[in-house]
Amino acid sequence: MMAAGWSALWSHWRRHPLQLFTLIAGLAMATALWSGVQAINGEARTSYAEAEDAVARAALPRLVNPEGPIPIAYYVALRRAGWDVTPLLEGPLRIDGSTFQVRGIETLTAVAPPTVTDGGNTDTDIGPVDILTGDGIVFAARSAQAQLEDAGGLPRIVAAEGLGPRQLITDIRTATRLLGSDGAPTSLLILPDQRPGLTPLADLVPGLEERDPVETEDLGRLTDSFHLNLTAFGLLSFAVGLFIVHGAIGLAFEQRRAMFRTLRALGLPLRQLVLLLILELGAITILGALIGLALGYLIAALLLPDVAATLRGLYGAPVEGGLVFRPLWAAAGLAMAAFGAGVAAAEGIWRVARMPILTGAMPRAWALASTRTLRRQGVLAVLLSVLALVLATMGSGLVAGFVMLGALLVAAALLLPIILLAVLRTAERASKGVVAGWFWADTRQQVPGLSLALMALLLALAANIGVGTMVASFRTTFIGWLDQRLASELYVTARTEDEAARLREWLAPRSEAVLPIWSVDATLGGRQGEVYGIRDHATYRDHWPLLGAAPDVWDRVAAGEGALINEQMARRLGIGIGDPADLAEDWALPVAGVYSDYGNPQPQAIVGVEALAARYPDISKLRHGIRVAPDRVNTLRAALTDDFGLPDDLIIDQAAIKSLSVSIFERTFAVTGALNVLTLGIAALAILTSLLTLAGLRLPQLAPVWAIGLTRTKLGRLEVVRTLLLAVLTAIVALPVGLLLAFVLLAIINVEAFGWRIGMAYFPLDWLRLFLLAALAAGLAALLPARRLARTPPAILLKVFANER
Amino acid sequence: MNARVLCLLCSFLGATGAQAQGFAGLGSDAEGFAVPQPNPTFRFPEDHGPHPAYRIEWWYITANLQAEDGTDYGVQWTLFRSALAPHEAEGWASPQLWMGHAGLTTPDAHYHAERLARGGIGQAGATAEPFEAWIDDWSLTATGTSGDAYNALDMTASGTGFAYDLSLRAEGPLVFHGAEGFSVKSAEGQASYYYSQPFYEVSGTLDIGDRAVEVTGNAWLDREWSSQPLSENQSGWDWVSLHFRDGTKLMGFQLRQTDGSSYTSATLISEDGQTTAFADGALSMAPLRTTEVAGREVPTRWRVRLPEKGIEVEIEALYPEAWMETSFPYWEGPVRMSGTHPGRGYLEMTGYE
Repeated sequence: MMAAGWSALWSHWRRHPLQLFTLIAGLAMATALWSGVQAINGEARTSYAEAEDAVARAALPRLVNPEGPIPIAYYVALRRAGWDVTPLLEGPLRIDGSTFQVRGIETLTAVAPPTVTDGGNTDTDIGPVDILTGDGIVFAARSAQAQLEDAGGLPRIVAAEGLGPRQLITDIRTATRLLGSDGAPTSLLILPDQRPGLTPLADLVPGLEERDPVETEDLGRLTDSFHLNLTAFGLLSFAVGLFIVHGAIGLAFEQRRAMFRTLRALGLPLRQLVLLLILELGAITILGALIGLALGYLIAALLLPDVAATLRGLYGAPVEGGLVFRPLWAAAGLAMAAFGAGVAAAEGIWRVARMPILTGAMPRAWALASTRTLRRQGVLAVLLSVLALVLATMGSGLVAGFVMLGALLVAAALLLPIILLAVLRTAERASKGVVAGWFWADTRQQVPGLSLALMALLLALAANIGVGTMVASFRTTFIGWLDQRLASELYVTARTEDEAARLREWLAPRSEAVLPIWSVDATLGGRQGEVYGIRDHATYRDHWPLLGAAPDVWDRVAAGEGALINEQMARRLGIGIGDPADLAEDWALPVAGVYSDYGNPQPQAIVGVEALAARYPDISKLRHGIRVAPDRVNTLRAALTDDFGLPDDLIIDQAAIKSLSVSIFERTFAVTGALNVLTLGIAALAILTSLLTLAGLRLPQLAPVWAIGLTRTKLGRLEVVRTLLLAVLTAIVALPVGLLLAFVLLAIINVEAFGWRIGMAYFPLDWLRLFLLAALAAGLAALLPARRLARTPPAILLKVFANER
Repeated sequence: MNARVLCLLCSFLGATGAQAQGFAGLGSDAEGFAVPQPNPTFRFPEDHGPHPAYRIEWWYITANLQAEDGTDYGVQWTLFRSALAPHEAEGWASPQLWMGHAGLTTPDAHYHAERLARGGIGQAGATAEPFEAWIDDWSLTATGTSGDAYNALDMTASGTGFAYDLSLRAEGPLVFHGAEGFSVKSAEGQASYYYSQPFYEVSGTLDIGDRAVEVTGNAWLDREWSSQPLSENQSGWDWVSLHFRDGTKLMGFQLRQTDGSSYTSATLISEDGQTTAFADGALSMAPLRTTEVAGREVPTRWRVRLPEKGIEVEIEALYPEAWMETSFPYWEGPVRMSGTHPGRGYLEMTGYE
């Protein structure tokens, strides 16, 4: 009996291969996008972790001497007091017309000696005798090896990994000789995991200052936000796919009601029937999910190289662009597919289980929603909207944010047919002429059948608008932040106060402005933070978009009467414009402005440089921003290293950082762009399959119209117009939904996840493009059914009347 | 000590051919280094300090200690000097490399640490007058004002999870091994200068984790320098310093040869510091049981016999896994003796691959 039941159930799919295709395609698409996004996220995060690890290794706090080099005796004193420190002797070296940066390390105590590139070749015979006696060894990037060897006059050059093209690493003994130094280190690195109970550094070497490692995690944190939103995108794509699955399964159950009844009447026990249906669903799900996983893997593999390339550019760290297959990922994808199929089929199976055997099969169009259904949908939508509203006002946390997002989207989807019907009814009333009247009425008739596909389109469009707006806002804000943070063309850090003074003097005739950037560590609101001093300059006034500002904000800051604080500090302390901000124990200034400070976990404040210097006379006055005409940047930079003698790594070129940082976003847009197209594709597929399914059912409705005199071609054209109309109406509804989605992502989820808010920007041109794309997708989807209708042989249309009961 | 430095050092040692030429690169020719000569005349305090013209040198202290509750402990403090060239130079250019090893063994754990430094800048080194040997914050410092500099020493070192601070008082004279301090290491004549101060009474504190333990006991200081201590056919050594309960002491070692035989040497030290040296063959050391440590089979129970003096003892490790996972790894830990001459001592084993 089971076998007979099974073969009867399968016969349905044999007769409706398109339906089976729709079902599997829906499942596959849902799984593909979801798992593709997950794979990208997972792989990128692994890469970030590795890259940051690599960066963190090099980033150790260091001790420097504001007066110049550090006497070797200081190093020895620290070692003999138990401090694990290791010296660096760094300086520029002119070789063959190029300036190289020499880094001398103490080979015996160094934390990360260079890794020799040539595993197994000639370079592996390097030993302590080679490094520590004779001429020594100089490690260089492979690209520089030939040039250095040709230049002559240098110790043996050995290629090593991870070195910049102008960077040389050698033992401190060799560095002393190359740089003509007396051997006094330029800084001491403080290694991690110091023994507890050591005499404080300030007591041992009072003249030295501790410098934090260069912060490198800012962009890492920014990309976190990107990944979170990518996940939201994946989830939405999944939901869109599920709508298709739900539609296909619902139809299959509806069309087989007669068969179920017959099977039951023939003696197939209900439990066995339900079991068979579940088995059938399981088989289809597994097939769809496997295809989806393969597609998802493909999507990820295609998009991942961009992410990897970005990482390589950003961190200079070698990150693999290859995708690793993780069983856990596949399992999660299968589970998601099973969950989705279960949700989609639950209603159908439940109905079969409750179906009375003896009632007539009542074949009807599967989703001809009654007013009652519509009312139920409306009530549910309202309830969900209320839930979203409650969560928005009272909820907190990331989960609440995502639940709210889900509630909003489902509510919008449920409301869509109601809104469409209302619009169509109004249009029908306003229409004149028989054909127009019929067109509107018939369109209205189509809405219930197409509603699932339209909902899918709505979600796809809303997701596109939402995520697109989010990403673009993100980009705008990010670039604004870069501009604000990197307003000067060059950033230089002098090694000593003396050098800084000479530098300012030297730069004055060679640049448009030299802007001091001085800072002190401070406890702000009980947390470790920094207070910066800046000089009043058009650079800041013109480039710095503040989140909130008092009138005359820049005048106040310049006069030392107000402070700018970062958003993190404002949020944490709950203070705003005009409130006093405590900058030190007995120093408070009113808040004149709040600025965004993405990626910085610490509170931060900015005051006028004079006010800061007056407050902290001993502040280290080493960092400067230089304004200079962009075309002179390279010349000035070269002059700084070659003429002034500043090591190259103390000069930061704004343009280079900016283009690097922006390129990461351009690349990540490629990912979202691709996902946009894919979700729209899914929605178009949903429309196509719905229309194809409806086509057969609609013949009885179209035949009379044809009989009255509308040609088949005209009917076909009207079909296309109808679909386009519905798509455009859906797109119009999707716009506010998408913007709401963007708002939730930017203002709630981002704030919950990261503690900063990204200002929302609007991009109407993008929407227009999207509408056109949606119309195109819907039009393409409608084309095939319309052509079919236009070519339906009259005999078939006539048959409708013959069959009429 | 972090792993990267270890690897670096390993590559150093590998480069000098440790595997091919015996343990820790000790088996090499002299290449301009001074070579120990027979009939030495030691000059003190100068010879307590370093001898940069020789390739390798060490200040090596092992201590058998006991807490008030009777628990046994072992402590090792070692400063190695390894010269890349037979001279000293000022600043970073010094070819003298220094390596400190510290160990602390309890009945159920073994702690160890390693420090590396170069000479020439004062981060590590040794001075004869006043006597001090140090690397970073580890030190061995003379505290006495009269007599031999080695008569009173303070000894301190620390590492992850342990630290110690001990006072050593010598209750007897320096003793010289081999022929008046000329200790032959092979039939081919490789030799070192080698003397000891085996008569220390020790008191002080061990810090183990968060726990401070007051201890007392005996310690043994070895001073040895040479330029080519191992013969090419020798793969490693087993060395013991034994404090017998009757007050006599025995230093013995066997240099294992690649053909399976061994070269032995021993010094029996009476209670008042009179020495009897025993040439190759007098001492026999036979492993009775091995323990798997760090992936190798290492003998941790031995039978040591010196038939001429009626000595036959079985020595057993206090903690069989006293492995020094340092730049060149070896076994070093406290032992207990039973047999004709019960007592306590230290065992060192190198070259077990």
